[in-house]
Amino acid sequence: MLDERLEVENLHLWRGERHVLRGVRFALGRAGCLEVTGPNGSGKTSLLRTLCGLIYPEEGTVLWKGENVRRDLPAFHAALAYLGHEPPLKADLSARENLRYWVGIRRRVAANALDAALERVGASGWCDRLVRTLSAGQRRRVALAGLALLVVPLWILDEPTTNLDAEGQQLVGSLIAEQLARGGLVIAAVHQGLPAAVRDVRRLELPP
Amino acid sequence: MSTPGAPAAATLASAATADADAGAGATPVAGAIDAARLALLRDLKLAFRKRGQLVQPLAFFALVTMLFPLAVSPELSRLREMAPGVIWVAALLASLLALEFLFRDDAYDGTLEQYALSGQSLTWLMFAKTAAHWLLTGLPLALMAPLAALSLGAPLASLTGIVGSVAVGSVALSLIGSIGAALTLGMKRSGALLSLLTLPLSLPVLIYGARATQLAISGGPLLAPLELLGALAVLGVTLAPLAAAAAVRISLE
Repeated sequence: MLDERLEVENLHLWRGERHVLRGVRFALGRAGCLEVTGPNGSGKTSLLRTLCGLIYPEEGTVLWKGENVRRDLPAFHAALAYLGHEPPLKADLSARENLRYWVGIRRRVAANALDAALERVGASGWCDRLVRTLSAGQRRRVALAGLALLVVPLWILDEPTTNLDAEGQQLVGSLIAEQLARGGLVIAAVHQGLPAAVRDVRRLELPP
Repeated sequence: MSTPGAPAAATLASAATADADAGAGATPVAGAIDAARLALLRDLKLAFRKRGQLVQPLAFFALVTMLFPLAVSPELSRLREMAPGVIWVAALLASLLALEFLFRDDAYDGTLEQYALSGQSLTWLMFAKTAAHWLLTGLPLALMAPLAALSLGAPLASLTGIVGSVAVGSVALSLIGSIGAALTLGMKRSGALLSLLTLPLSLPVLIYGARATQLAISGGPLLAPLELLGALAVLGVTLAPLAAAAAVRISLE
């Protein structure tokens, strides 16, 4: 099996009249962590969504294991977890139900694994409440539990620490550190920098 | 461990050992059918948590069919003549009413995005969503149609035919509607455009559906229009989820 490796070559993206991404290039190997920074509107989210294959770039390619991701998007997506800036949760389902469906659509997940993940993010006490009654930080924690449950090599995270308290930020740090220790790859768009637990971070600064 | 021929950009040397890999390959992956089944169950569960939305199209259907005896004539022979048209136009509009909700919430809360990035076939997931939509609107409409038909003077013997034609026809309506709903996802107030897109495509269903209902009421052989309705539903099953999935992908760009 080929090495897990993401390469981005000369990515150009236009949104209407705006040239958002101007020749972005980087390569990330196993256990690599890339922090994408830049002012608001510099195209961090657009870059992440382009990497996921949601947006077609005007020019450039994204390679996963040395192959253009466009050639087999489902296989690439099976190796990828994307968290946008809103946790993808249903307000009318409980935290646990949300995870069961969201994760279950991708892989079989045992009830005790679900419990362990919820406990890990400190959600044991409120995981059976409807998501509409949870705070923004609690929703973020549920999304992080889902991320951990997906067990995929590539994480693409948009502002993973938003709305989290100090302990929650540490949680993000340790989850990312574990993912890297497993040999996984992490790409995160951040404002304040990733939590201290994550070391050896490379930085990609997008110009305004 | 780094691949030879990497581009100029630096790679992060990975010191991680291969056996530290938890391995995505080791986790049991859910099959397409499993995923579709879960997507269907999720939509059903959500619908029963928000019953108000569920009842709206049904109440609309009941009201519209009740208006005709009041507005036209209480004479049963005249009502009986109009019944097929009334039932079908009301059913068409009621199913249209429910369509707006088909993908809208999922688009807002990021569920569609996760579906598109799940590595599962989006076509199957769209099929599952449309199936849930039919179970929640088409099927109840078909079960309500006999009540409407009775109040419009249809004979008891015609009821199974009416249920059958509305049930089969509404499958086609849900599927046609799923394309329209997916195409109008990016818009704020999509209701009018959704009707403009969906109604013309629904005309064959309306024509054959009304014809089948008419034959059921008059006691004629209704197999031919029913078969045509079935053919439309099969055409919808094969093509509509593909089109809806493509439209959803476009909306996510």
